[in-house]
Amino acid sequence: MKINGNKIMSIEDAVKTYVKDGCHLSIGGFTINRNPMAAVYEIIRQKIRDVHLYAHSNGQGVDELVGAGVVKNLEIAYGGSGKFASTCIRFRKAVEEKKINVEDYSNYQMTLRFLAGSMGVPFLPTRSGMGTDIVNIWGFSPEARKQNTRIPNDKLIEIENPFGEWGDTKKLILVPAINPDVTIIHVQQADYRGNCRIDGLTFADVEQAKAAKNLIVTCEELIDDDSLKNQPDRNQIPFIHADAVIHIPYGAFPTACFRCYDYDPVFLKEYARLAKDDTQYHSYIEDTIFKNPTHRDLLDSIGRKRLEMISADENHGYAKNLDRR
Amino acid sequence: MDYTPKEMMTIAAAREIRNDDIVFCGTGISMLAAMAAKNINAPQSVIFFETGAIDSKLEDLPLAVADPRIMYQSSSNAGLLEAFATMQNQITGRHVVGILGAAQIDIFGNLNSTVIGDYEGPDVRFSGSGGACDVASFVARSIIFMTQEKRKFKKKLDYLTTPGYLEGPGAREKADLPGGGPDKVITNMGMMGFDDQTRQMYLKGYYPGITPDKILQNMEFEIDITRAQEIHPPSANELSLLREKCDPQRLIL
Repeated sequence: MKINGNKIMSIEDAVKTYVKDGCHLSIGGFTINRNPMAAVYEIIRQKIRDVHLYAHSNGQGVDELVGAGVVKNLEIAYGGSGKFASTCIRFRKAVEEKKINVEDYSNYQMTLRFLAGSMGVPFLPTRSGMGTDIVNIWGFSPEARKQNTRIPNDKLIEIENPFGEWGDTKKLILVPAINPDVTIIHVQQADYRGNCRIDGLTFADVEQAKAAKNLIVTCEELIDDDSLKNQPDRNQIPFIHADAVIHIPYGAFPTACFRCYDYDPVFLKEYARLAKDDTQYHSYIEDTIFKNPTHRDLLDSIGRKRLEMISADENHGYAKNLDRR
Repeated sequence: MDYTPKEMMTIAAAREIRNDDIVFCGTGISMLAAMAAKNINAPQSVIFFETGAIDSKLEDLPLAVADPRIMYQSSSNAGLLEAFATMQNQITGRHVVGILGAAQIDIFGNLNSTVIGDYEGPDVRFSGSGGACDVASFVARSIIFMTQEKRKFKKKLDYLTTPGYLEGPGAREKADLPGGGPDKVITNMGMMGFDDQTRQMYLKGYYPGITPDKILQNMEFEIDITRAQEIHPPSANELSLLREKCDPQRLIL
């Protein structure tokens, strides 16, 4: 968080300032929607390493971070990109080849963990998961936990209801809070101070943003005055949480951004094909990410025609006639 | 009339959905089944997504539960916290029907969607729970889509991601899971239910052209087949609504 000032900066500087080797990171969005992809690509270009990544179901962004070797530890509920990859391909490979340490949770558990972090409490209770291996099997060993002061000594803890049977409940699972060093989200509109307006589903972006020590916001439209305050009911994140605001049109591409553009089925299908083969995936990283020094360059390489194809129509908020076969 | 096993599965699942059910659905065939129910036999059912949208208009088939197509004309666009709270809260949760899928299932309807082999360095890694563990913990009943294969109907799961009836009678109650547990399993060959007493899976129906024995041959564990009846094939009306209203681009079918 940063309270005062104009927070507009470049994505290069924001990543350089806040995303360090070994940092604890979370990214917004869900599977193929509103992932902060421009920031993900910049992290890859800057060759950040050994990141501890927290994810609920942040599909495409997580797969590219894992695929490029950015991630060392991953706490996750779901690694999938809808119909394009029922299991994210580089994520699957990295886990099978033991290239990353992984620990599994459910989506609600991960969301509650961010909420606990945003609330300043060490844990929250839920009635999800009793009797499952999500509770019984740990990805990080008790020894590894004790050596790492940034993660709790226990994964999940089952307790008896301390209020007796109040709420018709006997048992609860406690989920430990997460406070990432940095959360990165992509939103439709943000102002120069970091007030954010999200259209459509917010997923867990608000909880992730408020739990983080530092928040980077990329946006489709940057508002350089205080006009977002004219309709405060439509703003989800107040400026006090934000440290950096970056104007990046199509900043979620190839994932979707409601009322702005759809996901790009051509990109996502091609990505899934290349991701299956190590050599081809290496070429993808070189040709698509490193040879395009900025997101603008990456979009230019895709071409205006493709971007027009995924442009959202005003009525629906997505590309009504997009060929998704 | 010609139809594919996938069409039969989708329609068999849709028939299990009633008016006033709040239907939780995931990606792929489960989403299509919920849309089919809405368009065919349960127009008053409500479709609901873990990402936070409820009663989306669904003019076009979504390809993920975060597809912008679920945000169009929904009753409210919220987030994950609100969606899972709706299921955990038993005032609303007891009206929710979950549609799930998995890589492995056991006789008590427990599911694995995490790994084959050891948890560390597995032979095959899958997506993981997503919301499945939450849904199956909370909601009144769930419908599970499976492919009928020996390696998927397992005596012992490699990893228990999503709770069914756990170890059998009384186990969900002992674990204090609030929801009701699995109700039906729908495969490309037939449909299973769960016995009220033993909590074990039994064969409830088989599709035309399939025999109960063939289903047994494609499972690692034995189930009771004495209650099984042939399932009605899809009607012309069911098929045309499924094909024309729900998935005209044949994105899932």
